[in-house]
Amino acid sequence: MNRITAGRRHPLARYAVLLLALGLLGFTYTLAAPTGERADAAVASGRADDVAEGKKLFELSCSSCHGLNAEGVKDRGPSLVGVGAASVDFQVSSGRMPLANPGAQAPRKQPAPWVNEDTVRQLAAYVQSLGGGPTIPTAEQVDASKGDKAKGGELFRANCIQCHNFTGEGGALTQGKYAPPLYPASERQIYEAMITGPQAMPVFNDSIITPEQKRDMIAYIVGVREQKDPGGADLGRIGPVTEGLVAWIVGLSLLSLAAIWITAKRRQAQ
Amino acid sequence: MSTATVPKPIAGTSSFLDDRLGAGNFMRRNLRKVFPDHWSFLLGEIALYSFIILLLTGTFLTFFFKPSMEHVIYEGSYAPLQGIGMSAAYASALEISFDVRGGLLMRQMHHWAALLFVAGMMVHMLRVFFTGAYRKPRELNWLIGVLLLTLALLEGLTGYSLPDDLLSGAGLRITEGVAISLPLVGTWITFFLFGGEYPGEDVISRFYSLHILLIPGILLGLISAHMILMWVQKHTQMPGKGRTNNNVVGAPFYPAFMAKAGAYFMFTFGVIALLGTFAQINPIWLFGPYTPADISAGSQPDFYMGFLEGALRLMPSWEVNLFGQGGGTIPLSVLIPALVPMGLIMTGLALYPFVERWITGDNREHHVVDRPRNNPHRTSIGVSAMTFYGVLWLLGANDELSWVLHVSLNWTTYVGRVLVFVAPAIAYVVTYRICLGLQRKDAAIIGHGVESGVIKRLPHGEYIEVHVPPSQDIEAHMRGKEPVPTLPGTGNGSGNGSGDVPPKALRGPIGRLRAKMSAAYGGEKIPLDDGHGEGHGHAAVGAGEDDKPAIH
Repeated sequence: MNRITAGRRHPLARYAVLLLALGLLGFTYTLAAPTGERADAAVASGRADDVAEGKKLFELSCSSCHGLNAEGVKDRGPSLVGVGAASVDFQVSSGRMPLANPGAQAPRKQPAPWVNEDTVRQLAAYVQSLGGGPTIPTAEQVDASKGDKAKGGELFRANCIQCHNFTGEGGALTQGKYAPPLYPASERQIYEAMITGPQAMPVFNDSIITPEQKRDMIAYIVGVREQKDPGGADLGRIGPVTEGLVAWIVGLSLLSLAAIWITAKRRQAQ
Repeated sequence: MSTATVPKPIAGTSSFLDDRLGAGNFMRRNLRKVFPDHWSFLLGEIALYSFIILLLTGTFLTFFFKPSMEHVIYEGSYAPLQGIGMSAAYASALEISFDVRGGLLMRQMHHWAALLFVAGMMVHMLRVFFTGAYRKPRELNWLIGVLLLTLALLEGLTGYSLPDDLLSGAGLRITEGVAISLPLVGTWITFFLFGGEYPGEDVISRFYSLHILLIPGILLGLISAHMILMWVQKHTQMPGKGRTNNNVVGAPFYPAFMAKAGAYFMFTFGVIALLGTFAQINPIWLFGPYTPADISAGSQPDFYMGFLEGALRLMPSWEVNLFGQGGGTIPLSVLIPALVPMGLIMTGLALYPFVERWITGDNREHHVVDRPRNNPHRTSIGVSAMTFYGVLWLLGANDELSWVLHVSLNWTTYVGRVLVFVAPAIAYVVTYRICLGLQRKDAAIIGHGVESGVIKRLPHGEYIEVHVPPSQDIEAHMRGKEPVPTLPGTGNGSGNGSGDVPPKALRGPIGRLRAKMSAAYGGEKIPLDDGHGEGHGHAAVGAGEDDKPAIH
């Protein structure tokens, strides 16, 4: 029996092996994990120095509410670790972020002056580098012309219209929140909203609605908002409320005026 | 008489008809029928002519509509729905909209005419109510009108559900919810109506029979009865020069009134055609086919059902569970909004003429109507009811209000729950004051004349505006005012009733209440000629102050 064999049978040996294995695992993880993600972010965004540029932008425009390391600030802004590049692209390109003033919900507005394709990409790369998350969809994924409108319409009716209305006009939610109109949203923003679930919206991840189905839905949404109304003025496309208003204000007013006019024409008898 | 000037074919035909039908006599009597002239008397005709247009366009729609819930795959020309499964009813409604020539126009005109039908009935009814034109001998015709309005709501509900689109399905679901929430019989009624579990296979064809056959038939019969009674009882007239309860001042049916009525039909037709052409209504292709799982934001019924929707939205979630777990649940959150506002309004409308007669003891015939200001309590009750209805109606669209005005949806509900009780009370008081103010204005005009626009400077330096007597027509219109009658022996609020022994009918708790109501409801609040002899130059406001104690 040599010394090595004896050592293997030592009562403490199993603990030593366990420690060694744990240490090795931890060491490998600290080596591998960050570089893996950074590489991932660099690949996703195309340029390696985007992360550094994005961090600078972040510190300048976002950190007052979301914290210097995007860890979030209590009562001001949530942590952005893990929200992903898609969320950044959606919020910043639609002008919702940076927020002008806190309220029930961040409204869509003209994006900040520094916002352009490059700065959004850099910011997205930085946030993606923090903890992964949904990435920005490719142009092909959101191409409305490749989707099936009819299938998309069915999914749209089943999943979206209870808040966004049957043509995407939007609608009120509780406590001052609302589902915004889908008319100004770009195809990419619609896709990103589905995978990130901004504000009051639930997340529709790829296992619930596949990327192809999302493209079908985009095709329907874009199709219906560009569609001409065959019946005349669309009356806001919100259903019977405006129809009733028109019936009373236009229809009944015209007919009352006609009644007044007709009866004012009196036969000059006697 | 002048048969020489009538061409022979006409003279021959008419004397042929006259000899066999006695038409000449009938025509002579009825063509000379006199109709009084006032623009508000034409409001009911909006409903009448809309009904005719509804019959015409509706007949066109029945040529192409398939009232069936059979499942089909859509292959028509509207691309975003191609290959989608739907009911045959919805598919045929799409076909009417996109593939039948003129179909969309007919559908839209039918829908706009339906809205104007109900709206016309409502304003007509308000006109009759506020002028007291429902009084003896017209109470039965008023009841027919209330019945017509109720049936029109039912007709609208059944017609609205026929295309089987997503929006109409939401209404159908609420109908089911109301039916099933009825205690004891709810489940049976629901299964009877839908032929089984909701939505079943039968409801569209059943609603179709009701919508195109049964209800329009009853409507047609009741409208005819309504017209015949109006014809026989003669139309009421506004107070004015030479107008009494024993005459009718106006133009004869032929040619003047006939021309006006004909022109007004053309106007109604024109407005409906314009709306049908230029304003899109009920775009069912945007809603999609009905599946019970889907619902859209901003789902509202047509306007005439809006007050029920509002009541449902305002109602807190109350329910009563009887006999524990296995017993029955009475969902008050559905039953109260579905039945109470409708019951209050329709019962109130039906009973009002009789209640008023009971309170005022007024058994005379009335052919000259009241101006709304001259019966302030009636007008206030009417406006109060309109406010109650209006708040519910408005809150039926509370999500759109919240969306457009950027207020919290929850707050629209909280505010609405208070307003539905408070607003009618405020409306009552405000209307009452406005009525008295207008009466004072009339008294001032009778007493002091109308402003002439001529400013005169008196020798001591004071400036006054010269008032001239009102024109005969205006004065006669104002002098048509009659005090609201009170029961004999109620004292009429003048104070001399105390000490008298009340008549037998006014004793006991109900009798005393009746006497009290009669005294408050009736009587002359602001006499027209008050202050007339007190010398000119007084402001009308002063005359008003004196009357204060008489108001209660």
